[in-house]
Amino acid sequence: MLARKRRSTAAWHGLLALPFVGLLWVPFYNRSAPALAGFPYFYWYQFVWIGLSAGLTAIVYFATRDHDR
Amino acid sequence: MTHANAVALVVFTFFFGLVTVLGFVASRWRKGDLDQLDEWGLAGRRFGTLVTWFLLGGDLYTAYTFMAVPALVFGAGAIGFFAVPYTVITYPFVFVVMPRLWSISHKRGYITGADFVRDRFGSPTLALAIAVTGIVATMPYIALQLLGIQVVLGAMGVGGSGLLADLPLIIAFVILAAYTYQSGLRAPALIAVVKDAIIYVTVIAAVVVIPAKLGGYAKIFAAVPTSKLLLTAPTASDWGQYSEYPTLAFGSALALFLYPHSITGLLSSSGRAVIRRNTAMMPAYSFLLALIAMLGYMALAAGVDKNPAYAEGFRHFGPNFAVPALFLASFPPWFVGFSFAAVAIGALVPAAIMSIAAANLFTRNIYREYVRPRCTPKEESTVAKLLSLVVKFGALAFIVFSPQKYAIQLQLLGGVWILQTFPSIVIGLYTRWLHRWGLLAGWAVGITFGTWMVSELHFKKTVYPLHVGSLTVNGYAAIWALVVNLTIAGVLSLILPRLGVPRGADRTLDEEHALAA
Repeated sequence: MLARKRRSTAAWHGLLALPFVGLLWVPFYNRSAPALAGFPYFYWYQFVWIGLSAGLTAIVYFATRDHDR
Repeated sequence: MTHANAVALVVFTFFFGLVTVLGFVASRWRKGDLDQLDEWGLAGRRFGTLVTWFLLGGDLYTAYTFMAVPALVFGAGAIGFFAVPYTVITYPFVFVVMPRLWSISHKRGYITGADFVRDRFGSPTLALAIAVTGIVATMPYIALQLLGIQVVLGAMGVGGSGLLADLPLIIAFVILAAYTYQSGLRAPALIAVVKDAIIYVTVIAAVVVIPAKLGGYAKIFAAVPTSKLLLTAPTASDWGQYSEYPTLAFGSALALFLYPHSITGLLSSSGRAVIRRNTAMMPAYSFLLALIAMLGYMALAAGVDKNPAYAEGFRHFGPNFAVPALFLASFPPWFVGFSFAAVAIGALVPAAIMSIAAANLFTRNIYREYVRPRCTPKEESTVAKLLSLVVKFGALAFIVFSPQKYAIQLQLLGGVWILQTFPSIVIGLYTRWLHRWGLLAGWAVGITFGTWMVSELHFKKTVYPLHVGSLTVNGYAAIWALVVNLTIAGVLSLILPRLGVPRGADRTLDEEHALAA
């Protein structure tokens, strides 16, 4: 039971690797087009990741919440 | 002093006075016995989700955010934006790792990261290394806060020449020291709420009003030289900023929660769930940080560096004067005072928490360990209170003796050192496979190598160009040093047990680690 719980927690934690991939691989975003509301791609892409990362963290929090008890 | 400066100064002084009162009143908030280190230094470990959010916000988003990051964006362009990925990826990392540290610390009464290392590896010596690193790495970080206060005071025309120049800073500093001594962690926690309110007002006003004056964001970005707008692309022989940017972000992200003041913030919370919830909520501040970074470009677009009215400020403070100059150029005097108060209070809160955290380390892992093993709780908290004063003066020495073009270098320098505690603290939370003497040797070499690299750069930069054959890889020195550190710790952990060198006894209970997963 405990082992299965831990495996599922680990799988959820895998989601949290996404912000690392999206932000640490510079070639994904080091360009200016397309711009959005005046912001070059380089900037708004990283702005978007702030929200995405917070959202992913919230999802993982709710999915694994009972483990904190 | 001009009339405008006088108006700004009055508003500034009002808010500064307000938080000073709060700082002293805080000793009675959620009342506890302040003669216990747990109460003075961790506020009784009772902070819930909301207070922790404010406290961590005040703790982590500092003059670094309000002054150093926009200054770097102003002066160096896109590379300065690394603070955004840094403050995004640090939270998933904390979500996974730090609840473990909270659990074990709660059960065993740990106040510092070094407390944990001591028991986990059965080595007061390794704990001493971790504690000293924490104290030393905190000093340039506090220095950055003092610099932030100094710059806004200078921008209001406060300070003359000679001794008089530093007097206002010293007054601000003594006030800070007094209420930290009196109220401990409760003071910055309570002030953090006010700080946040005025910071949010300032930043929202800035990102609405200033772009409107400058003709919109497209115009602002158009004013940035194209060479600065994006990271420089790699060539066949040099990775350029393609390696610099992610190593700065990654190294800073791993380092952030190893700092004593971050650990203090985490351990003062009332539970694991509080920490996890906060990792999803803290990016609200990172969003704010990204907006503030944009102020660097707005300052460029507004041409504040070419305005003769600010020539004196730029001569004194370099690019760090960009944001104050932008506020002076864009806001009416009363709002300038308000926004400068935001910057100064935003620097006071973390400076208080940092000095408390460093004091906790000294008291627990040096004083009680080596000087007075049988000291009473009251004596323990008294020593911590006194040391919180000493640390602040150490920080003052940093800004007097190590003037920086970019204030951010102070923080990055601290990061080079604190990241060398990663193997003992973070890997230690998962496994005891690393040998205590291997960890100590890795730490020693990592610190030495890291400091050597930064000294080669004359302490002005922290990005070290590594030459691999004909290829140049620019990277954050903290990361290079950590790689060497881990390699040595790993190799020695293979060799030492074979030579019969014993591991220390683990005094953290294994079942707790199993449950903490």
